[in-house]
Amino acid sequence: MKTTVNKSLEIATPAAMPYTLGDVEQGAACCIPEPHIQVENLSIYYHGKKVLEDVSLNINKGCITALIGPSGCGKTSFLSSLNRLTDLIPGSQVQGRILIDGVDVTSPQRDVMALRRKVGMIFQKPNPFPLSIRRNIEMPLREHGIRQRSELDERVERALRDVGLWDEICDRLDSPALALSGGQQQRLCIARALALEPSILLMDEPCSALDPIASAKVEELIHSLCNRYTVVIVTHNLAQARRVANYAAFFWMTERVGKLIEFGHCQSLFDTPNHDLTAAYVRGVSG
Amino acid sequence: MLSRLRNFMMTATVWFAAMLVVAVFLWLFGDLVLHGFSKLDLSFLLDAPQNAGRDGGIAPILVSTLLILGVALAATLPLGLGTAVYLSEYTSGTAARSIRMSLNILAGVPSIVFGLFGNALFCIWLGMGFSIWSGGLTLACMMLPLFIRTTEAGLSAVPNEWRQGAAALGLSRAAALWQILLPAAAPAIMAGLMLSIGRALAETAALIFTSGYVDRMPESLSDSGRALSVHIYDLSMNVTGGDAAAYGSALVLIAMLMVVSSIAIGLTNRFLAQKITVTTI
Repeated sequence: MKTTVNKSLEIATPAAMPYTLGDVEQGAACCIPEPHIQVENLSIYYHGKKVLEDVSLNINKGCITALIGPSGCGKTSFLSSLNRLTDLIPGSQVQGRILIDGVDVTSPQRDVMALRRKVGMIFQKPNPFPLSIRRNIEMPLREHGIRQRSELDERVERALRDVGLWDEICDRLDSPALALSGGQQQRLCIARALALEPSILLMDEPCSALDPIASAKVEELIHSLCNRYTVVIVTHNLAQARRVANYAAFFWMTERVGKLIEFGHCQSLFDTPNHDLTAAYVRGVSG
Repeated sequence: MLSRLRNFMMTATVWFAAMLVVAVFLWLFGDLVLHGFSKLDLSFLLDAPQNAGRDGGIAPILVSTLLILGVALAATLPLGLGTAVYLSEYTSGTAARSIRMSLNILAGVPSIVFGLFGNALFCIWLGMGFSIWSGGLTLACMMLPLFIRTTEAGLSAVPNEWRQGAAALGLSRAAALWQILLPAAAPAIMAGLMLSIGRALAETAALIFTSGYVDRMPESLSDSGRALSVHIYDLSMNVTGGDAAAYGSALVLIAMLMVVSSIAIGLTNRFLAQKITVTTI
């Protein structure tokens, strides 16, 4: 997957390709205009009560897509439906279709564990397991059938290097993960997800529980994931969405039901929104 | 002035109440040591009882007690863990509520009722007769409610983030349970286990009807065996001149209980102090 991304990047010049995003702040990289996740008429119910209504959108491969909007408008529900984590919520019901690489993941026959291995998820509160740093990454790998010592060591190191933790903690891999700082814990959680070699990463406000410095580090990391992974990130920090995302989706709640109001290139959604609600929200007037 | 007086009265009352409880324990324990300590020596622990327990030791009784406890634990651990996991991880709503309610009722049933039930079920209906099997299994019925509730509480205290995290990594439910939830709940499970053992060691009424009171060394688990608490009851109620031996046996029992409950208190404190311990496996 990596090679195709690189190849298309070589061809892509901002002027010639219609799908490049232009000069977004910090020059967010361009991505392939090939839908990786196709969501069609998605509605989510909890105990028969609708929380998200009729969402359709395509999330492109290798891009960072930010989901913004006020609390309770269904962003997290939307995110959790992509890796079927909604299954864990009693009384939840998902209608519509979600195609990942063209395969419908909502069908009951679908192997949920394989899906979740492919679609990693990072939560708001860092949730490393009460195990050692090494075991946090190794244990899921072992459960997915990787048992060779050399491969495990290699994957642990690669994942920790990818998130910039290796140099900080390589001498204490066997100490408890919960002794790490909040930012380090969150980066460990990202490493844990990356070690399974997913192609999609879902992030639910990954920086909101962190202090500004740790938050900046995680944000930088998310930025570096662009092009290598398809990232869908829920954030309440509009400046952050602007900085990291290629695309943005704006959700709003009307009559207690969440809806997708606007979806498009991040810069155009912020600078020239099509919808009054979007305009008001990004200007900070409402929500 | 009035508020200071009231304050003093309040302090004095709670202090007195606490001291009274300590005094009752000290009196009881002092009485046991005073009367029983002279009886304690190595031969008391290693010899068979003679002359209906007036002389000799309590070796077969200790062996029976430990065997009954072993049978009870072997039944309680898998059943209790299974039920607790089912309650906290697999079900909610009506099913869980009715199971919890029946466990609460079971926990309050007097032990003599358990004894009669165990006698009817294990000794007669299942044909086990008066045996260590029957006694151990009856004790297991009594330990289960306590053990299940503490284990369930321990599992419920495990942060939900870990369940979500495990699911999001594509781990199976079984993997999440073995790798994360049960290790994280281990201190609570241990505390529950110790409390259950304490309850089992102290039990008399349920055992009289099930494991019987034959005081010779049991040859197998189908043999009848006398538990320490039954021995004390028999010596003090039915055997004239058995008081010294009863005191000695009681002291041994109290010592065993103190060891178990100090382990339980230690574990519970650790569990309460940090809810979940950091386990490095």
